[in-house]
Amino acid sequence: METYSLLREFADSWMLLLLFCVFVGIWFWVIRPGSNAVHDEAKNMIFRNDERPAPTKEANQ
Amino acid sequence: MNTGTLNYVKLVGLGLVTLFALIAASYARDLAYQVHMIIFMLVAGGLFLVTLRKTDEPASPIAKDEYFDSVIRAGVIATAFWGVVGFLVGVVIAFQLAFPQLNFEWAQGYANFGRLRPLHTSAVIFAFGGNALIAASFFIVQRTSAARLWGGNLGWFVFWGYQLFIVLAATGYLLGGTQSKEYAEPEWYVDIWLTVVWVAFLLCFLGTLIKRKEPHIYVANWFLLAFIVTVAMLHLVNNISIPVSIWGSKSVQVFSGVQDAMVQWWYGHNAVGFFLTAGFLGMMYYFVPKQAERPVFSYKLSIIHFWALIFLYIWAGPHHLHYTALPDWASTLGMVFSIILWMPSWGGMINGLMTLQGAWDKLRTDPVLRMMVTSLAFYGMSTFEGPMMSIRAVNSLSHYTDWTIGHVHSGALGWNGLITFGMLYYLVPVLWKRERLYSLTLVSWHFWLATIGIVLYAASMWVTGIMEGLMWREVDANGFLVNSFADTVSAKFPMYVVRGLGGVLFLSGAVVMCYNLWMTVKASPAKAKLGTAVPAE
Repeated sequence: METYSLLREFADSWMLLLLFCVFVGIWFWVIRPGSNAVHDEAKNMIFRNDERPAPTKEANQ
Repeated sequence: MNTGTLNYVKLVGLGLVTLFALIAASYARDLAYQVHMIIFMLVAGGLFLVTLRKTDEPASPIAKDEYFDSVIRAGVIATAFWGVVGFLVGVVIAFQLAFPQLNFEWAQGYANFGRLRPLHTSAVIFAFGGNALIAASFFIVQRTSAARLWGGNLGWFVFWGYQLFIVLAATGYLLGGTQSKEYAEPEWYVDIWLTVVWVAFLLCFLGTLIKRKEPHIYVANWFLLAFIVTVAMLHLVNNISIPVSIWGSKSVQVFSGVQDAMVQWWYGHNAVGFFLTAGFLGMMYYFVPKQAERPVFSYKLSIIHFWALIFLYIWAGPHHLHYTALPDWASTLGMVFSIILWMPSWGGMINGLMTLQGAWDKLRTDPVLRMMVTSLAFYGMSTFEGPMMSIRAVNSLSHYTDWTIGHVHSGALGWNGLITFGMLYYLVPVLWKRERLYSLTLVSWHFWLATIGIVLYAASMWVTGIMEGLMWREVDANGFLVNSFADTVSAKFPMYVVRGLGGVLFLSGAVVMCYNLWMTVKASPAKAKLGTAVPAE
């Protein structure tokens, strides 16, 4: 089989399935309730360190 | 390597570049190349002299406990400057279309519509938008990483290197140095230079992310990183060409025919998707919450917005090539993905708008926030219009008409323009450490001038575009076309004048903004002194 046909068949079967599953997987990964705390923390981080860089590794404590 | 040795290496490099550019300028086979080599020679020669004078002088220390804001201040100035230049050229070419006499005889071959049009598109997209994106990236990545920009003075190289790219591109268009690819007109050596600058930009950004002191990478940075990486990929693939001679600007594309068209619009649409959308969404996800003083409505939705855009946008390009030699399956694919894109786009718009939940009253008092919210409304409107126009049946009416131009401008002026203005109004008091803007009344004036300008522009282009499309397809009882092309041109005249007036309003709004920002720096009371490592500005 020529390379094009081989790659084409792979691309619109297994690769398509894989990418689709990754995409849907991201949805579940994001909306799982366990991530609420992380997301709350992340969306509020823009309100600190406005003036200068954080001096230590533990910027948020 | 210590700075002394590094200086000698720099001197050798700059000397060689100056010499090469000198030789190239004398061997030049065309005017654009010659002028560009003289520009290279002057820049490299000037830097040689500066470096030589500074040799063996102690280098000024870098203030590690401060953010690298001086380069962002320069970026703000460059954004405002190129914005006004780009809008002005836009107004000129709008009136050239309405009144062809403005293509002056004495300027033929330099300042006629065909030469000025790419100057306008590149000035607004790459000079205005690009500088805004670089400034925003540097500002956001430092603040959300709680770390100084990586790379010492590499940020300055990115800034000035990018300005050099803009000057080369702009002069090239006027002098005829173009490879005729829309939004990718610059010739091979300018492309190579942009690649060098862009890699430095990526390094600054990534380096700062890697040394960040926050555990999480804020979502705005995801969008900005996607913008930087994808634009690099698009630029490299779309500009694969072989120069005819090292002493000339002409080059030959490696792809040809329909492959070339597909690569061009894969590039072209993703320039919209990743430059004008992902990059500016990064801006939106930082500056809208900051200005509203509330965190983004839903962080989960912002992550889904990001991944959906990344997964979908890259497929949408073929919708530019309906009814061409491109196979039907490919243009159908592009059309379907364009329509699916409607969902993440509106998810993002809703996310931005709902950030104001519980703070809607701020719209009454804060014209900057009003500007940002209006930009989101335009984002929603143009991301609805775009998918609709990508449907093959609609496209058969809209393609090649002014409807497309109207669509592009409601996105570019409404979404990209207004969000950038909002960012500039936020940034100037912060970067120059002023208590407030000089005048909120002037911001309101800018807001209304810009909004009415966009409405005039978009409405006149809808009317003229649909009229034009209908006139082109009108046939009589015997199946003959009713209108000639020139009939549509004369029918469009009134709408062209309205469009030009809309442009004048938008431009005057930008001039009002420049005055306001200037006075903010000059006249507003200072909160604190600027950082220690600030050059005179």
